Amino acid sequence: MLIFELSRPGRKNLAQAPAAKPEANDIPAHLRRGDKPLLPEVSEMDAVRHYTRLSQKNFSIDTHFYPLGSCTMKYNPRGANQHAMLPQFLARHPLASEATGQGVLACLHELQEMLKDVTGMAAVSLTPMAGAQGEFAGVAMIRAYHVSRNDAARTEMLVPDAAHGTNPASAVMCGYTVREIPTDRDGNVDLEALRATVGPNTAGLMLTNPSTLGVFEKNISEMQQIVHQAGGLTYYDGANLNAILGRVKPGDMGFDVIHVNLHKTFSTPHGGGGPGSGPVGVSERLLPFLPIPVVAFESGRYRLVTEKDLPQSIGRLSGFMGNIGVLLRAYSYARMLGAEGMRRVADFATLNANYLMAELSKAGFDIAFPQRRASHEFIVTLKGLKEQTGVSAMDVAKRLLDKGFHAPTTYFPMLVPECLLIEPTETESKQTLDAFVAALKEILDEAHANPELVKTAPHTMPVRRLDDVKAARELDLVWKA
Amino acid sequence: MPFIPHTEEDIQAMLASIGAASIEDLFDEIPAALRADRLESVPPALNEMAAGRLMQERAEQDGRYLNFIGAGAYEHHIPAAVWQIAGRGEFYSAYTPYQAEASQGTLQLLYEFQTMMASLTGMDISNASLYDGASGLAEAVLMAVRAHKSARRVLVPAAVHPIWRQVTDALVKNQGIELIPVPYDARSGSTVAESLKSFEGEDFAALVIQQPNFFGVLEEVDELTDWAHAQGMLVIGAVNPISLGMLKAPGQWGSKGADIAVGEGQPLGAPLSSGGPYFGFLCCKQALARQMPGRIVGRTVDMDGKPGFCLTLQAREQHIRRAKATSNICTNQGLMATAATVHLALLGQEGLERVAAACHANTRMLAEQACLIAGVERVFSNLFFHEVVITFDLPVADVLRAMEAQGIMGGLDLTPWYPELGNALLVCATETKTQEDIRKFLENLERIVSRRSSGPACTRLKPAADNPFYQNGNK
Repeated sequence: MLIFELSRPGRKNLAQAPAAKPEANDIPAHLRRGDKPLLPEVSEMDAVRHYTRLSQKNFSIDTHFYPLGSCTMKYNPRGANQHAMLPQFLARHPLASEATGQGVLACLHELQEMLKDVTGMAAVSLTPMAGAQGEFAGVAMIRAYHVSRNDAARTEMLVPDAAHGTNPASAVMCGYTVREIPTDRDGNVDLEALRATVGPNTAGLMLTNPSTLGVFEKNISEMQQIVHQAGGLTYYDGANLNAILGRVKPGDMGFDVIHVNLHKTFSTPHGGGGPGSGPVGVSERLLPFLPIPVVAFESGRYRLVTEKDLPQSIGRLSGFMGNIGVLLRAYSYARMLGAEGMRRVADFATLNANYLMAELSKAGFDIAFPQRRASHEFIVTLKGLKEQTGVSAMDVAKRLLDKGFHAPTTYFPMLVPECLLIEPTETESKQTLDAFVAALKEILDEAHANPELVKTAPHTMPVRRLDDVKAARELDLVWKA
Repeated sequence: MPFIPHTEEDIQAMLASIGAASIEDLFDEIPAALRADRLESVPPALNEMAAGRLMQERAEQDGRYLNFIGAGAYEHHIPAAVWQIAGRGEFYSAYTPYQAEASQGTLQLLYEFQTMMASLTGMDISNASLYDGASGLAEAVLMAVRAHKSARRVLVPAAVHPIWRQVTDALVKNQGIELIPVPYDARSGSTVAESLKSFEGEDFAALVIQQPNFFGVLEEVDELTDWAHAQGMLVIGAVNPISLGMLKAPGQWGSKGADIAVGEGQPLGAPLSSGGPYFGFLCCKQALARQMPGRIVGRTVDMDGKPGFCLTLQAREQHIRRAKATSNICTNQGLMATAATVHLALLGQEGLERVAAACHANTRMLAEQACLIAGVERVFSNLFFHEVVITFDLPVADVLRAMEAQGIMGGLDLTPWYPELGNALLVCATETKTQEDIRKFLENLERIVSRRSSGPACTRLKPAADNPFYQNGNK
């Protein structure tokens, strides 16, 4: 039942509306709305009940283990949420004077300082509103750097084939041509291929580390040198920072720019698909190009750094200064972790991933890179199972829903056939991980004994498997009365 | 350990299963030279109580002001149910609905969101939200350039939100796309046909029309839309969703309607919150569906023929198309779209219209009364909606500072963006402002302007007995 189907003409919910509807007799008819928009006419209770019921059709971290690889679905502390929702924070207008924002700016400045420390970079801008916008900002800064040196021939961005799809897409948005670098058998970026590809056209390299294959790039220092020697800059995609938080600082490794996903590593909620936040950190040479505004602390006052201070900035990326409410949650979380707590994040995310990998291996699952340590995530390949039983990674993922677990990421990275990318995060207990292993074992048994059961899963969700081909062919994107 | 459940016994059992002696051993593939010892700038941990105390102090330091600033972010009443629903863990802590069967709640809600936004803007379809209005305009420009194919220039009037223009430029310029400004008419404050004449016969992908424009001035949207279409351009309508409770929807502009409608969704349930998170909305005609950026939800059926919802048109997106995607967007602003959907469901048609009417009436009252103060007048002659520019013979920054001392955020100083306007203040009074609030603003404005201006001082606001502003005992 859609909210529109609950609607009854003439039903009003006036507790939420101004008491009167003053005449706007100054506005001529040709500028006024002629029709009524299709908005529901329901009571407050109708709406509350409808949306509460809808919420109950979701899996979420608060209700289910959610080992979605590369998404870092860890517990979102409720305290951080409450702290960011203090009435004064919510009421402040973005264009209010800096004098009346010293409290919020103090939080943001301290967050910048903490992110500088964990990334090892010279400066941080908090404005990008998501990881992909952070990537855009990073690549745009690389471009601005080359342009400022009249080095216009650098038109290519190098991206390993294991990278998230956002990497090549962000590079293209910055006007670059993408050149893919293959992966070697151990899951590292192929150094020989990298050497063969770099040259005078290389603007830079975008590297995710630990990679989406769940391993630490062993030759990361060498890769850096190869690109730097060719005159390119190096971009560190911090999507998987959770694995190394407080243990490795990308700036120390010589990277020029990094973005961090606060909705992953700093545990801000994913909200059914956002809002995220993707701050960028830079080395000294990219400092003049940082996106604005940035928070500065001078003579005991906080102020916003704008184009006046940074005339070479790549500019503004949001209407005001990014997703402040998300930044405040990340700040509160960082303060509750402290320095030791941050290192523990990496420790226990890594412990959980390696434990789960070991247990699944013992249970008969094929690990994609068994010779490697897992970082905070790892890959299981179900190629063998598919060949034996016809049951695919997608089928196993759907059957997991029946067992009360959100599925891991499926079919990504594309390099590994029939793959599940599994990221347990540090906030899950051994008991939850054991239950997950038991569920996967049951599914493995079912796949052999009764493959149809798995192939037609899920059986217990509000709907069964959906026809997404029909959805794309016969587009139905809005309801019509 | 904060947020980590492991007991010592668990840790030992897990290490034994892995075959590692310590957690430290698990990092043995990281070259020793790359390992960092410590974090210098991260203070020791606070517990929830201490962190709460710190945040409370910071929040109280900023305090609360009576706010008359709009300029793209508007203070509206948000029904209590909106964030109690959106804050439910099942919405708040879920992710992008990749596993459709376990995400029907989010998916159906986004389908309802798309329906509401498409209807509100008078367009055929909507996506499931973008980051914010400013970056949404950039995505609309990219979309128009893709659809138009030949032109890489877009006409953007100077009366479009100046920060939106900056953001759009930052996001599109690297692809060789140019934004060409169109001057506004100094008298009316609107974008007039005469200023467009010089662009006739040239190749532009689109014309952006903001309604009402940044000054709150109403544009002649029909005329502008028809002109752009006659020139072979697409029309991008940038609109405030609250205004659509009263103003003509972009889909009805001119004889064919705008092609893309985009805007800042903040007025629908998002707190001001120093600038975010907000959300952008983007709606368009059916023919442009495959050019859209961002997540889109479609209705389909399951294997039993039962209706259900899933992400669709994913072949446009970065995780499938990589370098050939329509955009690099991965996350949208799902939670803000969730709040907006509940917000619109609670307001309904009647509620939205009342909010729009109340905002306009309040701002109109404020403008009319302000102009009774000696030395204060409106800058532009054209009709306005919901927001207005006034001027006086004093630096705006001084006036705002004096108002701030009285607990009032008096509006936005336009001097940095439009120095040619002189001392210009952009001000709005939404439905959240009572008559008493508006009177407080006016009394302070009068006091400040009369004390410092060289012109004749106006001793009192003219009390008009028949004006509703002075009824109900407000004096």
